[in-house]
Amino acid sequence: MKINLMCQTIVSITLVYLMATSTVLARSSDTYEFQNPVTEKRFNELNKELRCPKCQNQNLADSNSPIAKDLRREVYDLLHQGKADIEIMNYMVARYGEFVLYRPRVSSLTYVLWFGPAALILMGVLVVIFIIRRKPIALKDIELSEAQQDKLKALLKDKDL
Amino acid sequence: MNKLIRFLPLILVLALGLVLYRGLSLDPKDIPSALVGKPMPEFSLTKLTDESQIITKDDLKGNIILLNVWGTWCVYCKYEHPYLVDIAKSGRVALYGLNYKDDRIAGKQWLKDYEDPYVFSIFDESGRLGVDLGVTAAPETFVIDASAMIRMKHVGPIDARVWQDKFLPVIEMIESEQQAKQSPTQDQEVNSED
Repeated sequence: MKINLMCQTIVSITLVYLMATSTVLARSSDTYEFQNPVTEKRFNELNKELRCPKCQNQNLADSNSPIAKDLRREVYDLLHQGKADIEIMNYMVARYGEFVLYRPRVSSLTYVLWFGPAALILMGVLVVIFIIRRKPIALKDIELSEAQQDKLKALLKDKDL
Repeated sequence: MNKLIRFLPLILVLALGLVLYRGLSLDPKDIPSALVGKPMPEFSLTKLTDESQIITKDDLKGNIILLNVWGTWCVYCKYEHPYLVDIAKSGRVALYGLNYKDDRIAGKQWLKDYEDPYVFSIFDESGRLGVDLGVTAAPETFVIDASAMIRMKHVGPIDARVWQDKFLPVIEMIESEQQAKQSPTQDQEVNSED
């Protein structure tokens, strides 16, 4: 009976703990209300595409830094002002530079980034083709002359004896 | 030719090593500001010390304006504070503050507790002007010329070395431009002599 009671207590304590922590988690991230599910989807997509300028390996959706919070608010406001996605992107680039884009635009600065991997693969393929197609060493060259052939036979005979 | 190909992997590895070694000494946080060469954005905010006084872009006056983004929550702002006091005292630039995402009472107290080096501080509680300026955190400092053009942005605290290496060259450049503007007649005389 005592054990049963203890189990119950432990279970209820765990439940209370889980409930408490889950509310804490919900509070720590800002929540925005959307009347339109399309706007909400666009909001989430933009937050994934935009990089937090302070914590550079996180996007706006992931980061909890103050600047990311501010920028999420900006994205929300701009969406409700009826701005297009590209306008919002341009707005961020005008302030934080190309760095806020996780997919940087193709420009002379980013050619290496965009085309480098493809160029390297191409180079690798060319090298492989070059190696494969190199003419095999002609059989003629490794054939023995008649004199050498005779010598070989003689040697082999010797060995047999 | 064959010999050269034999050394190709070594050459490639050395080149890669060089690129990666260079990467070690680069600061990934040193993002070039998108605002350099652009005009100071428009704003309308209150003064930190007086919530009834509206400040706009036109209130920032001076031949060379330094706009320092600070907050009481920012540790490095305290570190750079004595240098800012010196810079303000030198009178070479007009130093303005942008109190960024801060509490008004705490901000006022900070200026009282330490010395107030600023002509005045703009109070940007929401960080909207900060977003327009591409501010990511404090401290950051903008160098703005008399035509309200942003000439440089420094991320991080100012100290004697940063001032010497990064700020002075830009300030000297702006000063020499202004001197050239002030005496266009001299230039014409030089031209006519040619």
